[in-house]
Amino acid sequence: MSVLLEARGVSKSFGGVQALREISLTIRRGEIYGLIGPNGAGKTTFFNTLTGLYSSDRGTFTFDGAPLSVKAPHEVALAGIARTFQNIRLFANMTSLENVMVGRHLRTRAGVLGAVLRNRSTRAEEAAIERRARELLDYVGVGSRANDLARHLSYGDQRRLEIARALATEPKLLALDEPAAGMNATETAALRGLIDSLRRDGVTILLIEHDVRLVMGLCDRVAVLDYGEKIAEDVPEKVQKDPKVIEAYLGGSLA
Amino acid sequence: MKLDLAAWRGDARWSWAGIALIAIALAALPFVVGRGFGNSWVRVLDFALLYIMLSLGLNIVVGFAGLLDLGYIAFYAVGAYLYALLASPQFGIHLPFWVILPLGAAVAALFGILLGAPTLRLRGDYLAIVTLGFGEIVRIFLNNLNAPVNITNGPQGIAQIDPVRIGAVVLSKSQSWFGVEVPSVYLYYYLFVALALLVIFITVRLEDSRIGRAWVAIREDEIAAKACGINTRNIKLLAFAMGATFGGIAGGLFSGFQQFVSPESFALMESIIVLCMVVLGGMGHIPGVILGGVLLAVLPEVLREGASVWQRGLFGRILIDPESLRMLLFGLALIAVMLYRPAGLWPEARRRREFAAAAGERKGTRG
Repeated sequence: MSVLLEARGVSKSFGGVQALREISLTIRRGEIYGLIGPNGAGKTTFFNTLTGLYSSDRGTFTFDGAPLSVKAPHEVALAGIARTFQNIRLFANMTSLENVMVGRHLRTRAGVLGAVLRNRSTRAEEAAIERRARELLDYVGVGSRANDLARHLSYGDQRRLEIARALATEPKLLALDEPAAGMNATETAALRGLIDSLRRDGVTILLIEHDVRLVMGLCDRVAVLDYGEKIAEDVPEKVQKDPKVIEAYLGGSLA
Repeated sequence: MKLDLAAWRGDARWSWAGIALIAIALAALPFVVGRGFGNSWVRVLDFALLYIMLSLGLNIVVGFAGLLDLGYIAFYAVGAYLYALLASPQFGIHLPFWVILPLGAAVAALFGILLGAPTLRLRGDYLAIVTLGFGEIVRIFLNNLNAPVNITNGPQGIAQIDPVRIGAVVLSKSQSWFGVEVPSVYLYYYLFVALALLVIFITVRLEDSRIGRAWVAIREDEIAAKACGINTRNIKLLAFAMGATFGGIAGGLFSGFQQFVSPESFALMESIIVLCMVVLGGMGHIPGVILGGVLLAVLPEVLREGASVWQRGLFGRILIDPESLRMLLFGLALIAVMLYRPAGLWPEARRRREFAAAAGERKGTRG
């Protein structure tokens, strides 16, 4: 499997706190790559650095064979990295359908003139945007809520809607930040089914997750962060038995 | 809005009948108002139409993109002064109306971008303060650009501006159409209606488009919008530019209509009134914003008239200056609306539905 994303020596500090320390990792095309670690280990910081919300102090990302010069978040999306947020960030007062249609923004072109004149190509583009958005809503399983405001969806559906919106940008890498946070067992099982089908359809996924069972069951490889450092990276079975990981999760005295 | 349109499209005959009715009503309105209440009320209508254009322009910035702009009137001023400078004895330039108006729109759009560029990182209160400053800067410049080189004629303003001229018709002189006398204010009314309809058409089309969705996405959650690949810088600048364009058009029309401009017309209060129109009508909802514009343009005049009539009726003479009483009543009306209809007089259908749904849920849990 070829490499899709390579992070090399990525560091980021906030004031005196070293949130990321020389993180290097590679994500291969088509795999589900898990990123776990205790609270405050730097998982979300890594995410935000990758997706351009923060700029890294040092280090580089190579994505799809080209250096990912992180300038602005929208350029990261254009390069083919889409993300969801730990605390869901939907466009609350837009319908589910509109949320996903916004995701098509960067793969479409109509400008002011097209919008006002509504010429043939603009109409065709709008129709294609809507068709694709409906497909994606059906794909994640919230097709029946297309015309409801995003804020009126149940928690689990909001998570799914956010994934649909991310998929609308045609990502090569889908980065999910704790998608199962706050979900009950049924919702988590459904989410797991969705991530499985995404893998089958060839989407590469970077998964941050607290739910260890979900990570171990889904991921091809897992990296563990602790205090901003990568302390392990391997297949789930090996990571689970790694003494450093057990120490990080359970505390030194018990190990 | 969207649902309404879909229903309209469903039956073309109805929509044509509706359009014909609206057209007849709009054409007859100045005659009805003029005959019934006097031509000064047609003048009030003219201003209401200018305010519709202004509030729809501001609605793009505040209602769609969620950027609080307290200096919007500056773009109105830019359009007005551009017209004044290019069609008056000030410089002896007398360009025709149809050249200046698009030029005014373009220059106002440029000013919109100039204002937008440094404020891109600001939101909410901070943006409001910076835009407020911008509005004042423009007004103070206009007030003081009479020395060392006299450009704007300072506080005296620019007078003897050319009236709007379309073909052979000079709009400042009454015309006779088919034996019917059409006064100047009526002619301006028709011109303003045409341009207001154009502005409405453009905003309706923009709202339901890729650009409109991007604006609302930024309003709802800017970080998520960025993560979706929206170039928030460009899209915000576009909102400022589009809003300013309408302001510039309205300003040019104002100049030609009044044939006089001075910095006084572009004070902070004007920005606030236009913002009130947007908020009171129903932020982000085009019919609501139009309603807000009409109400806030007409209501103060009605109150002014009423305040003197009532006082004469009650006390036999005028005790309180109707001008100050008018502002008091106006303020009370604003407070009442915001208390009882916080989403505006005519909010978006989906927001109304939302309120209804919330009420229903409450009832459900009680039962």
